[in-house]
Amino acid sequence: MIRTRRSLLAASAAIGTLLSLTACGGGSDSAGSSGSAGGTYTFWDPYPQFDASSAWGKRVAECGTKAGVTVKRTAYDTTDLGNKALLAAQQGNAPDVMMVDNPVVSTLVEAGILNKTSDLGLDTSSIQKNIIGAGTLDGSAYGVPIGANTLALYYNKKVLSDAGVDAASIKDWSSLTAALKKVKAAGKKGITFSAINTEEGSFQFLPWFWGAGGDLTQLDSGQGVAALTLWKQWVDAGYAPKDVLQNTQTTSWQEFATGDYAFGENGTWQLGNADKAGFEYGVINIPAQKGGSAPVPTGGEFVTVPVQKDTGRYDVSKKIVTCLTSAANLLASDTTLTYVAPTSAVQTQQVAQNPELKPWVSAVAAARGRTSGGLGTKYPTISQQMWTAVQSALSGGKSPESALKTAQSAAEKGSS
Amino acid sequence: MAVARVDRPRPAAAAPGAGGEDGERAGASALARRHRRTRRLTALAFVAPLVVYLAAFYVYPLYRNLDLSLRDYTVRSFVAGDAPFSGWDNFRKVLDDPTFGPAMRHTMIFTLVSIVFQYVIGLALAVFFDRHFRLSTVLRALFLIPWLLPLIVSASTWSWMFNSESGVVNYLLHLLGVAPVGWLTSPNWALTSVIIANIWIGIPFNLVILHSGLQNIPAELYEAASLDGAGTWQQFRRITFPLLRPVSAITLLLGLVYTLKVFDLIWIMTKGGPGDSSSTLATWSYQLGFGTLLPRFGPGAAVGDILILIALVFGLLYIRVQRRQEA
Repeated sequence: MIRTRRSLLAASAAIGTLLSLTACGGGSDSAGSSGSAGGTYTFWDPYPQFDASSAWGKRVAECGTKAGVTVKRTAYDTTDLGNKALLAAQQGNAPDVMMVDNPVVSTLVEAGILNKTSDLGLDTSSIQKNIIGAGTLDGSAYGVPIGANTLALYYNKKVLSDAGVDAASIKDWSSLTAALKKVKAAGKKGITFSAINTEEGSFQFLPWFWGAGGDLTQLDSGQGVAALTLWKQWVDAGYAPKDVLQNTQTTSWQEFATGDYAFGENGTWQLGNADKAGFEYGVINIPAQKGGSAPVPTGGEFVTVPVQKDTGRYDVSKKIVTCLTSAANLLASDTTLTYVAPTSAVQTQQVAQNPELKPWVSAVAAARGRTSGGLGTKYPTISQQMWTAVQSALSGGKSPESALKTAQSAAEKGSS
Repeated sequence: MAVARVDRPRPAAAAPGAGGEDGERAGASALARRHRRTRRLTALAFVAPLVVYLAAFYVYPLYRNLDLSLRDYTVRSFVAGDAPFSGWDNFRKVLDDPTFGPAMRHTMIFTLVSIVFQYVIGLALAVFFDRHFRLSTVLRALFLIPWLLPLIVSASTWSWMFNSESGVVNYLLHLLGVAPVGWLTSPNWALTSVIIANIWIGIPFNLVILHSGLQNIPAELYEAASLDGAGTWQQFRRITFPLLRPVSAITLLLGLVYTLKVFDLIWIMTKGGPGDSSSTLATWSYQLGFGTLLPRFGPGAAVGDILILIALVFGLLYIRVQRRQEA
């Protein structure tokens, strides 16, 4: 009796303590919205850094008021939002309006939970093709980009001039590597970026991958190997620190902000911090292998309208989306979020207001969506293999060739 | 965390009806039966909350996880809820994956090395603190700090300390004239680094349980042993260690289960990287289910099932050992 009881105890201890892990597998989340109450519309976005009293929070509330309803805004962490949306859709309580990171759009479309913008009657004609591309599948757009951000190279003016490097001379990979060499010889550090094993790592690697002419459907092509070899060569030569493997874009920025680094690959969203860094900085576009600007991946969110049982709600949802994204309102939205606007007219206004944005606008013009070009939901699998390859090559575990070869075969297997 | 056991005497059988006549006896037994039934109902009412709790928080998630792992879920069928049954496909996929071998090996190394060091150091400290010297309570309390800190704090701190550029560990090595080590950035060191951090976190648990086990060993035994001329080492080997065996067994089992599923520590420090050089079954399961933009719930759940199975095997092993000890 006692013995069996104790046995049971041991067994249930074994099972019970593991449950915290397995619960992730199938847990359902009921903390979502319970939308249908009269004049309340639910709104999700990935900006937990903005509370209700922030400019963004006020903008969202104001758009609700204009549409004659109350908007209940919930902000999630961006990595969390995609899964939250899937779970909510499964439970049948998706939000009325949801802003999601652009590569997530194709996953949500695959899940069948987003409405086409054409069905809702939203006008997207003025939006730049390459920006809306990330949310376009089989010719139909499934959301309206609120704005775009992307990557460029920040440089520290003092470090460069001390090393005798002219930023304007950096036109291609070889001139950049030569500059890094000079900086190192002058006793400073070369470049910092993020090569972490998450989507951020792929996001940061793509400008180099595309800048060599690489194609995401063929990771182990000569171009792909060239890009990874460039990064590996930098790390091996000490031009880039070893800890890029652990760097998120935020920690990479913190390294650049110490003032020891000549270059930092980072995004539009750091402009505010750059002014606080305490040294003079400049921004250049990421060079392609043989000169010119490399195509960079677009970042930034799409405003989407998830499918609802009660289709009568779409009218108000549409008003809210229009309020946030119409040409007249984009300037305010994007200034609030420090994004580059998705239409050229508003971009011109932005540059007039803040000349610092100029290199960013040209970078956005050359940018590509990660899921564009028909990749859609194949991209996540490819991206995971790509960041794994970057990690194994930079850590010295594998050569760039064999790392990318493994990645390519795994990506083919994974998406089949 | 502590394993409590309540052994109550069985309820006394319902008092037999007294008296000689048949009718009277029948009446009494009917009364007794009704009595018994209400008693059983009361008992059920007391058990019900527990049963509901177990069903809602243990059985259902477990069932859902099993269900997830046996169906072919895509994002579309996840939302629509019509994923086709696919038998062992997910398990086959997981077992065929080139990540499986390394993840399994890392899980085993991580778990066994962690437990051995946690236990040995925990036991050494427990014996040490059993001596009741001055400040021993204060010191013992200080040793509990790793347990009290939120895991995200300790994991981030370790991650900073091990940073290959600006970490304090490499700085110390530099002062000693040793070349810097890529603690978290070299595939040869990443697993070692997370194991070191995990050992540090696990010591207090072992210390506390083993220390309380030591309190239960009667002091007379030691007195008798020292009268017989046993040295400190002999006392430890012949008295302390054998008498601690039951406590040790449960400490090791719980430690094993906790360590098998360690996820947050590794995720915060290396995310299983670089490459997959520190990925374990737990991090891999998360990676599959939530780590990319396109969740793969089925294979993720399958890896979770395998983890449960491993823990269960060790749980059963523990029971066997326990039986043999008691027999």
